[in-house]
Amino acid sequence: MAQIFHRSTNTISRVSIYGSLLVLLVLSFALYGLSGSPYYTDVNLAKDQPVPFSHRHHAGELGIDCRYCHTSVEDSSFAGLPPTKTCMTCHSQIWTNSEMLEPVRASYRSGKSLEWVRVNALPDFVYFNHSIHINKGVGCTTCHGPIAEMALTWKANTLQMGWCTECHRQPEKYVRPRDQVFNARYEPPSKFHAVSAQGREYTDQDAMGAVLVKAYKVQSLTNCTTCHR
Amino acid sequence: MSSQHTAPIIEPGHSYATVTDRISSIVLGKRTPRGWWVGLGVAICLFLLLQLAVTVLLVKGVGIWGINIPVGWGFAIVNFVWWIGIGHAGTLISAILLLLRQKWRTSINRFAEAMTLFAVSCAGMFPLLHMGRPWLFYWLTPYPNTMGTWPQFRSPLVWDVFAVSTYATVSLLFWYVGLLPDLATLRDRAKARAAQVVYGAMAMGWRGSAVHWHRYETASLLLAGLATPLVVSVHTVVSFDFAVGIIPGWHTTIFPPYFVAGAIYSGFAMVMTLAIPLRKYYKLEDFITMRHLDNMAKVMLATGLIVAYGYMMETFMAFYSGDINETYMIHNRWTGPYAVAYWSLIACNIVIPQLMWLRRVRNSVPVLFVISLIVNVGMWLERFVIVVTSLHRDFIPSSWGMYYPTKWDWFTYVGTIGLFLTLFLLFIRFLPVIAIFEMRGLVPEPGEQKKA
Repeated sequence: MAQIFHRSTNTISRVSIYGSLLVLLVLSFALYGLSGSPYYTDVNLAKDQPVPFSHRHHAGELGIDCRYCHTSVEDSSFAGLPPTKTCMTCHSQIWTNSEMLEPVRASYRSGKSLEWVRVNALPDFVYFNHSIHINKGVGCTTCHGPIAEMALTWKANTLQMGWCTECHRQPEKYVRPRDQVFNARYEPPSKFHAVSAQGREYTDQDAMGAVLVKAYKVQSLTNCTTCHR
Repeated sequence: MSSQHTAPIIEPGHSYATVTDRISSIVLGKRTPRGWWVGLGVAICLFLLLQLAVTVLLVKGVGIWGINIPVGWGFAIVNFVWWIGIGHAGTLISAILLLLRQKWRTSINRFAEAMTLFAVSCAGMFPLLHMGRPWLFYWLTPYPNTMGTWPQFRSPLVWDVFAVSTYATVSLLFWYVGLLPDLATLRDRAKARAAQVVYGAMAMGWRGSAVHWHRYETASLLLAGLATPLVVSVHTVVSFDFAVGIIPGWHTTIFPPYFVAGAIYSGFAMVMTLAIPLRKYYKLEDFITMRHLDNMAKVMLATGLIVAYGYMMETFMAFYSGDINETYMIHNRWTGPYAVAYWSLIACNIVIPQLMWLRRVRNSVPVLFVISLIVNVGMWLERFVIVVTSLHRDFIPSSWGMYYPTKWDWFTYVGTIGLFLTLFLLFIRFLPVIAIFEMRGLVPEPGEQKKA
């Protein structure tokens, strides 16, 4: 009886069995890598805006407090985006003829808001409240990154759930004194840099974190319904 | 000794060649019988109904089903447990009866295993569809994810994922390994080039050498050893889905053994439902003899009695506990709005099957067929009673409610029967329904005819 298959079939079948395993493995690693990469998460990618607003200049060099523009951050879920009027408090006096600022003046004249490109957005199925984080000693830069260095604003963290739970599981690693929350150049305590909290100097985040968690009654909330209500 | 006990498990007069011819001709025969086409037509119509029901479900969401608070589980879970239970007979026949060297299993194990696989496929769909967003099913598995979370390992629903997927994997391997020698037979006997290539590829180079047989025996024993605990563990875990909850009617320690017995009971009923038309239509009475039907009837009788004991203990414990909610649960089953389902289940699962004590009944093929259908219905009703009557009235009367299945519930259920039948009919047409090489082993040596 003639052979149904050529000899090479043996090799082909072996290669395809092990090859498909390999392909699956590589594919899952690739997908996993992709899901955390800037390509998918937009982390570290500065976005173009209608007016090239610079946090580096305003919050960093000039030292304007975050709350001057993001007014509702302390008592609302939403930090708040400033209306054009807020820009004009200064820019009706300085840089009044700057071409770069023409869209701002146009918006002021017409009453039509500037349409900023959203940088940090959470999906709608997540309940998030800025005020509780601010009041429990989570600094702006903990989540928003080195905002005082951003000429155009970029997203500093993935905002993926795994990133949220990292802090929710061990808040003592991230919490800072309340008076440092809006400090855009805050550095956590280290051997070279002491931070004072609750009337004491700390050179160690673990020690300070434990004290602050107690003092501010910070809870480690990891129940699904904390955020998915 | 009864005459059936010594009745042959293969009728006399067969040789290796006739066994091989008879079974492989179903697959390799030129003409596809008209009855098969009719059956496939009906099955595919039902399968199309399933596709319609699932499409509408995916477009509109689980709101099209009758489920709501308090009855959040409804048909999806009833059908899941029913289908997964049916699968158990295949595993029992192929694994436990293999290890116990019960030779009569040989002629029914192949299609019983196929039945297991197809039943598990139907079963698996229900929890996935019930999730509402089945495309996120992979969230049930532990894998490194961007959410930084693991599944809730304290939940029996997660154990279920592992139990059912292990079950499906081992059943598939067992079935396929057992098929290899027969696929090689089909490859060697096929005349058409396409059939030679397809069966040849599926046979994975089986040549029937001593080394191959040695490995085959080792592999099938190992798989039987792996599958044996699964017969008990899978439905135990399914019963945990209920027993770990605190709802009256679910929170019972008897659930695991009673679920396993029920699974084997319904599984054997389904094997019988499939075997009787199969042997009749394809004239396989020589291989699936009265001895088989008799043995299966006895297994059903035994497991049916265990199930009856389970119902009795549920009732006894409800009153013995003195707990007002437990007692009410039984009252509600007996006299509540779903009492019809409860009493039908008692009739189908306990009363009618007692007829199988009579040898005359076990000798009558039509009666056995009807009883097997009744037990299938009864076991479905049992799951309906457990799921729906327990949930619809629990502790607080203000949260009581009713559950009415919608047409989509029925379409999905009937549709999975269509899927099951479609797969089964394709299996009959394209793969040997009885293990040819194992049947050859049952052919008596010349001069040994009498002992068979």
